[in-house]
Amino acid sequence: MLESFIVPLLAATVQSGTPILYATLGEILTEKGGVLNLGVEGMMSMAAFVAFVVSLTTGNAWLGFFCGGIAGTFMAMLHGIVCITCLGNQVVSGLALTILGTGLCNFLGTPFIGMGIDGFDKFSFPLLSSIPYLGDIFFKQDALVYVSFIIPVLFMLFINRTSLGLAITAVGEKPAAAAAVGLKAVRLRWIALLGGGFLIGLGGAYLSLAYTHLWANGLSGGRGWIAVALVIFAFWRPGRAVFGAYLFGGVMAFQLRLQAIGTHIPSSLLLMLPYALTILVLIFSAVRGRSGNAPAHLGINIEPEG
Amino acid sequence: MLAYRLQKRDEPWNWGAPIIIVGALVFSFGVSALLLELQGKSAVEGLLVLWQGSFGASWALEDALLKAIPIFLCALGVATAFRMQVWNIGAEGQFALGAIGATWAALNFPDLPGFLLMPLMFFCAAVCGAFWAYIPAILRLKLQVNEIISTLMLNYIAILLLEYLVFGVWKDPASFGFPVTPEFSPSAIIGQIGETRLHWGFAVCIGSGLAMWAFMRFTRLGYEIKIAGEGIKVAMYSRLPYGMLTILVMAISGALAGWAGCIETSATVNRLQTSIMVGYGYTAIVVAWLARLHPLYIGISAYLLAALRVGVENMQLELQVPASFGSIMEGLILLSVLAGQMLVTYKIVKKK
Repeated sequence: MLESFIVPLLAATVQSGTPILYATLGEILTEKGGVLNLGVEGMMSMAAFVAFVVSLTTGNAWLGFFCGGIAGTFMAMLHGIVCITCLGNQVVSGLALTILGTGLCNFLGTPFIGMGIDGFDKFSFPLLSSIPYLGDIFFKQDALVYVSFIIPVLFMLFINRTSLGLAITAVGEKPAAAAAVGLKAVRLRWIALLGGGFLIGLGGAYLSLAYTHLWANGLSGGRGWIAVALVIFAFWRPGRAVFGAYLFGGVMAFQLRLQAIGTHIPSSLLLMLPYALTILVLIFSAVRGRSGNAPAHLGINIEPEG
Repeated sequence: MLAYRLQKRDEPWNWGAPIIIVGALVFSFGVSALLLELQGKSAVEGLLVLWQGSFGASWALEDALLKAIPIFLCALGVATAFRMQVWNIGAEGQFALGAIGATWAALNFPDLPGFLLMPLMFFCAAVCGAFWAYIPAILRLKLQVNEIISTLMLNYIAILLLEYLVFGVWKDPASFGFPVTPEFSPSAIIGQIGETRLHWGFAVCIGSGLAMWAFMRFTRLGYEIKIAGEGIKVAMYSRLPYGMLTILVMAISGALAGWAGCIETSATVNRLQTSIMVGYGYTAIVVAWLARLHPLYIGISAYLLAALRVGVENMQLELQVPASFGSIMEGLILLSVLAGQMLVTYKIVKKK
């Protein structure tokens, strides 16, 4: 049971949690700066597509990964033009971004449907992979999973220990006060938004490069929205985001395995699990912390003076 | 560094709204045309085919009007919730639930005469749609659960529920394995108006639109919804029953989307099948926002976006352009309108 079911399940959990982890961290950074970005689903889809095409044409998966991040940054830039520069409604702009992003990658991606790429393959990490159980779960993965182990730590150091990270947090909490002490509030918002967009893009890139190795419509499958929900669940803290992302990875992997074994439960009901869990997770975090850790100025635009 | 800055206008730019919409349309069509060129298709030809399919023929006008019916009902509901700054993104799921409710009535009471069955179907659709909207409303009120995400997740769940039903318990044994329910009995099918292809669902639209307009304008509740839309603090100072109003707007919203689902199942496909889920609920959000939440403008913009969908179908047939071209345009239009809206309250002045 342990060897044949649980360990492979946990290994699959880590893999399917990884794209959600990147995206959740990206959205946390964005929201720390005070911008609510509901475009994650569209950004991940676009990034998955761009990463796929770059990797297909250049044969370089790392370049694809990087370009996926750039695609996410570009989409975040559109959101910034609408919300930061033109003071548009953040909720509606995010929705528009998702409509645009999913439409655009399905449109551009039609000729590529079914094509495959080498992408990132799993390999055993030297030494660490020989640890019993843990090695099989965490260290027989692809390179992007190993990268994702480091990112939350760097993220935590950046937000809590660097002056730029603290300044971004200040802008999300109280832009007027931040501006009064000489911080460039608008510029810091842009940095948080674009940086977050890059991370979200990396999460999308993971989907086509390492998860599927091919292009298909609807690749993101709601993971972007789950990431937005996980930010609330994580109380805007990277540590809890890791936990949340693996929790969802676990449910997705478990659901796939149940389908593969061939239970009597209809597949549509199994597929509901991650979405139902998202709502449960929101209820849980509401009961626990009343979701009160949100940056105070989240979703509120900075009006120009004068 | 930047030579320009924003300055608040002394009074709002009244001509702004129509000019911005036209500008946004021109911009979005421009970008879409560019995309067509990049795909190696002639942009001019593409836009002509799009125009032909949207407004160029009587069948196109009829098709657009038929598609506008579910979009209008969903958008009317969504707009009511948006008025109170309740972000109901769940019209898609409430639409699915409405279709399920109506189908339940149609399959269980096929022998009832139409004048009884039809109201029963609409009633069930409204109850199911409203129930699906009530869940996120009550979660938001009692636990401050973000309704944007809960309504969205309920969309996914509703579509899977619909699939579960048509692939399973409601599947027509005579369908050769296709996931569809049996066809409805004649009394469960909404009839045509006279000799046209238009069905009576259109009358439901007109009626709902007028009723909603009158409700918002002349009733105390409608007035309270508008006040509550100024924010929860304003509502508390005015001693409004904010919770009750939230549930009310969500229930109205869900019931209207449910009706849209009922009409689409009964009048368009005459049975329940997964192909009714084509994202009307998401288009409704674009429509409501473009119309600035006003029922009359919702009618106009629902028609325009329905025409866009028909036009894109025409492009799909003649130029093999994927259907997602329509969502690109919807997204672009919405983004550029949002960005342009700034010009109503601000003007751009040179920095000294």
